[in-house]
Amino acid sequence: MSQHVISVKVENRAGVLARVAGLFSARGYNIDSLAVSETEQTDVSVMTIVVRGDDRVIEQVKKQLNKLIDVIKISEHNLVTSVQRELALIKVNASPAKRAEIYQLGEIFRAEIVDISRKTITLEVTGEPDKIDNLIELLRPYVIKELIRTGRLSLAKEKE
Amino acid sequence: MKKTGAEIIVESLKEEKIECMFGYPGGVVIPIFHHLFNAPFKFILARHEQGAVHAADGYARASGRVGVCIATSGPGATNLVTGIATANMDSVPLVIFTGQVSREMIGNDAFQEADITGITRPITKHNYLVQDINDLARTIKEAFYIASTGRPGPVVIDVPVDISKGETKFHYPEKAVIRSYKPVTEGHPRQIQKACRLIESSKRPVIYSGGGVIISNASEELRNFVKKTGIPITTTLMGLGAYPETDPLSLKMLGMHGTYYANHAVNECDLLIAVGARFDDRVTGKVSEFATGAQVIHIDIDPSSVQKSVEVDVPIVGDCRLVLAEINKSVKAPQIGPWVDRLMKMKAENPLNYRDSESVIKPQYVVEKIDELTEGKAIICTEVGQNQMWAAQFYDYTEPRSFISSGGLGTMGYGFPAAIGAQLARPDSRVFDIAGDGSIQMNIQEMIVAVQHRLPIIITILNNGFLGMVRQWQQLFWDKRYSHTCINFQPDFVKLAEAYGAMGIRVDHKKDVVPALQKALSVTDRPIVLDIHVDREENVYPIIPAGKSVKEMITSELI
Repeated sequence: MSQHVISVKVENRAGVLARVAGLFSARGYNIDSLAVSETEQTDVSVMTIVVRGDDRVIEQVKKQLNKLIDVIKISEHNLVTSVQRELALIKVNASPAKRAEIYQLGEIFRAEIVDISRKTITLEVTGEPDKIDNLIELLRPYVIKELIRTGRLSLAKEKE
Repeated sequence: MKKTGAEIIVESLKEEKIECMFGYPGGVVIPIFHHLFNAPFKFILARHEQGAVHAADGYARASGRVGVCIATSGPGATNLVTGIATANMDSVPLVIFTGQVSREMIGNDAFQEADITGITRPITKHNYLVQDINDLARTIKEAFYIASTGRPGPVVIDVPVDISKGETKFHYPEKAVIRSYKPVTEGHPRQIQKACRLIESSKRPVIYSGGGVIISNASEELRNFVKKTGIPITTTLMGLGAYPETDPLSLKMLGMHGTYYANHAVNECDLLIAVGARFDDRVTGKVSEFATGAQVIHIDIDPSSVQKSVEVDVPIVGDCRLVLAEINKSVKAPQIGPWVDRLMKMKAENPLNYRDSESVIKPQYVVEKIDELTEGKAIICTEVGQNQMWAAQFYDYTEPRSFISSGGLGTMGYGFPAAIGAQLARPDSRVFDIAGDGSIQMNIQEMIVAVQHRLPIIITILNNGFLGMVRQWQQLFWDKRYSHTCINFQPDFVKLAEAYGAMGIRVDHKKDVVPALQKALSVTDRPIVLDIHVDREENVYPIIPAGKSVKEMITSELI
């Protein structure tokens, strides 16, 4: 089952998210990530949905999404045709002796340190999902206490 | 001048020129009922909300108009759910009002509160929870527009009681403008030309016509298409009546209980022309073995129906009537003489049949006699199960909107309330509910509604003392273990009819079937219940077992 990034422009109204999510959950599909926000038009929201599923079923879901009255436009995105970003906050165990190492790792990934305590450091990192995955893997040996990441944002690149 | 939300609802319904509304009152809809009291359209009080929604559905299917109904919050609204799902599966245009607790109480587990927009989200075409009285009129306009255009369907409008009681200026918009909803009605010209060429070069084409043809009033265009091309045609259960079954080119119904020749024609064809049909599993059986040698043209207004279960070579998204009219303009008849001859021979050699008997009444015989005595001009509503299949098989439908049945959802208890709606929509037609002894008991409370409005519906109970279709499956596929399908412990249907003020006639002998039907047809002022005791273990044939192909068709011993 391949991963699909679906960008759905919808009316900015109550209940729309439930309609959209319902089409996935009714088929037993778990949404890997979801980001919803207003757009340049305040009455339009965009949902970026990352979901794994059989290509044929996803095609059917996209058609059904199109049928929803509140859905304005649907497009499927990939890393070539769109810019994709996620943000993660990672709280990692850091004794004073380890701080410098973690700080250096963070620098390589252009992560920012947003909180520091006697035992922990919290890093904020943005980027393509792979980059964030890589940083997480490198931080694991230090023991990650808490990890949270946003849904993926995806914006289609301007066609030349 | 300001109007209350309740007045706005009634005024909007007047603007929509509705003739008839179905429903049931309750606490939070009292303000609306207050104004329905002197509304200029008919209000039909059901005896259960499910009866109201099925009646609105039957009204819509028989008339082609939008069916309208109303129920209160909580249990009133949840009682509608089966009816809404039924309409949604069969693409029936309904606008349904439900009451809701006042806005500040929503989410508080208030008395008779249910999240009906949440509950009906997957079974409606669209639904609304009205949050601002200034949106009310526009919402109703949109609901009628959405329900009746594109692929039609039910739309629920949930109205909190404080909205009904609130006030604002009333203005009913002339047009619904919804930027994200613009159904495509005209087929793409290039696709249409492609289809025409494919049709012209085909050697063994078959038309597979569905409910969409009836919904889009495309029956005439379909008939012209057959006339122009000479291509044999089979219809789905939902498509019965779009093409006259009395015509030689009609292969009658296909699918699980379709005719031998329709299913074989589809299996052997080189071109399948699907019009307003959705390749439902009851039609295709095992998809991988369905029409394997055929190219497929699929005309449908719903893009999500296309390429859903089978690969389509020429998809045409659009309204069946408009697309067929375009095709008729340029298509030329293909050379298919030998194919048609072969199918006609197959049809003559393998008709739908049953072994008639003098000692017991065969249910198929009853349906045939209804066809004969009404000259095929009745509106036949059905329940679900064996009664539905015999009604589909042994009555020759010749007109659209003459067969009304829950096809997609398969809702037992649908037929009788739907017959009430159909009779109200078409007062000059004779309306039958062909029922089983199981399903008639599911909404029998609506009998009093038919009596009250003097509707001469003929309820023909094919009484076999079984939940016959399930029993048939138990017999054929489950070792004859008739677990809980024997329901011969049943009420006296004649006395029951009489208790309601209807006429009741029990029929035990074949010779009494025709006189009983004649007697029923002579009554015009009240419903008639014919309790016809038929052969208890008669089966519906042919049958293609679920998920199997035409090769595994089980026919009656006579084929």
